[in-house]
Amino acid sequence: MGEAIVVTSGKGGVGKTTTSANIGTALALSGKKVCLLDTDIGLRNLDVLLGLENRIIYDLVDVTEQKCKIEQAWIKHKRCDTLYLLPAAQTKDKSAVDAKQLRWLTAELKERFDYVIIDCPAGIEMGFKNAVAGADRAIVVSSPENAAIRDADRVIGILEKERVPQPKLVVNRFRPQMVKEGGMLDVEEVISVLAVDLLGVVPDDEEVIRAGHQGEPIVFQSRNLAAKAYRNIARRIQGEVVPLLPLDPERKLFHRMKRWLGLA
Amino acid sequence: MCRKHRENGVNWIMGKVMKPGVHIKGTKAGLLFLLNESRPFSTVLSELKSKLEDGSNLWDGPDTRVLIKLGKRQITRDEEKEMRRLFSSHKNLIIHSIETSNGRPYLVEDQGIQILTGTVRSGQILEHRGDLLLLGDVNPGGTVRSTGSIYVLGALRGLAHAGGEGDEEAIIAASSLYPTQLRIAGVVSRPPDEWGESGVTGMNFAYLVNGQIAVDKMHHLNRIRPEIEWKGNRFRS
Repeated sequence: MGEAIVVTSGKGGVGKTTTSANIGTALALSGKKVCLLDTDIGLRNLDVLLGLENRIIYDLVDVTEQKCKIEQAWIKHKRCDTLYLLPAAQTKDKSAVDAKQLRWLTAELKERFDYVIIDCPAGIEMGFKNAVAGADRAIVVSSPENAAIRDADRVIGILEKERVPQPKLVVNRFRPQMVKEGGMLDVEEVISVLAVDLLGVVPDDEEVIRAGHQGEPIVFQSRNLAAKAYRNIARRIQGEVVPLLPLDPERKLFHRMKRWLGLA
Repeated sequence: MCRKHRENGVNWIMGKVMKPGVHIKGTKAGLLFLLNESRPFSTVLSELKSKLEDGSNLWDGPDTRVLIKLGKRQITRDEEKEMRRLFSSHKNLIIHSIETSNGRPYLVEDQGIQILTGTVRSGQILEHRGDLLLLGDVNPGGTVRSTGSIYVLGALRGLAHAGGEGDEEAIIAASSLYPTQLRIAGVVSRPPDEWGESGVTGMNFAYLVNGQIAVDKMHHLNRIRPEIEWKGNRFRS
């Protein structure tokens, strides 16, 4: 019996889909059997980020309408044997499914997978309510800016009301340099407002966009810092205690210099 | 049909039919005043006032028992006083009973100070009658509203409205007071920019002075509210 984790944020464009793709891939790379479930019906992106767009035959709505079996709809990733994607329909809209159907679908998927990662649409309307319905846990993604934090806060409130226990926070698009200049909120400030546990901090990196463009999640690149952050998040999801990555390259060097001199 | 409605006191406002706030019925036991629960009580009272002052000698006559039905509404002691004052203009109207429809006492009991914990997040509203002590944060976009004072052991970053029913003595205090907006009774205030995170430090409270909201350090509260100042030890003999 697996676990269903919904990735949500309220605000659009903070990186829900990227986070879903990378966390899912990272979990799969560590040997777990993972299914990514795209619930953003009508605006599906997850298949594009994973580079699986041209393999879609059936989609989520076909499954809930029982036009096909679940096994026919999911797509195995080309590079990772334990990673599957159940794509959303592009021709329908959010009203094509309801909470009951998604609860059934996630329950079915949980039977077959270790982790079901649900990519939630932006907003707090029906699409969101449906996506949350079957989830056991929630990951709230927020970038360190006020607008995203307001929406994340609202979403956490709704999740608490919907009885999804203890949402965890991923701070995405973090820029240490901007924090230093005072143009961006620090992770501590974000946590003090949202008052939830931190699951990880992902630095802002052009490579993430480039990787998405090529349809290969960044986690496949072993040396990239954002990829490391995602892999650490995947380890924390599995219950490991992993210290936060030092994201500030300068501080890292300075620290190393201090260590050379025997000061730290 | 229409005429009948008018006789029953139906008001036509913006094309919408509103039920009358006050409905009067004669019964064997006395005059039954049905006060509509879905309208604000102040509106109901003003309608009651206009009905009672309705010049005619309708109200004059022998002593009459008055039975007041509030529906599901509960009222405060002040509201009751105001209502009784209206009836007192006619000496022959004697209030015999005030009742709610669901058998609960008609007076809202003063809840005193209540302690609640938890974070009030964006989009959430915490409403309370009486004074409120919140152990937790109020985030931007969240609202705390009470008829009395509001004390927050945590960060107040959202909106707080104290004295929601006109209590101008109410105060708002918070461990860190960085609200998006403060309201006391009918006064609204936006914190000036210089309040920024670095400006005012320590515990502060907001109060109403000359129709404006002012903020001061907590240890100045006793100057503004000397009546609740702690003086000596009451329990030492």
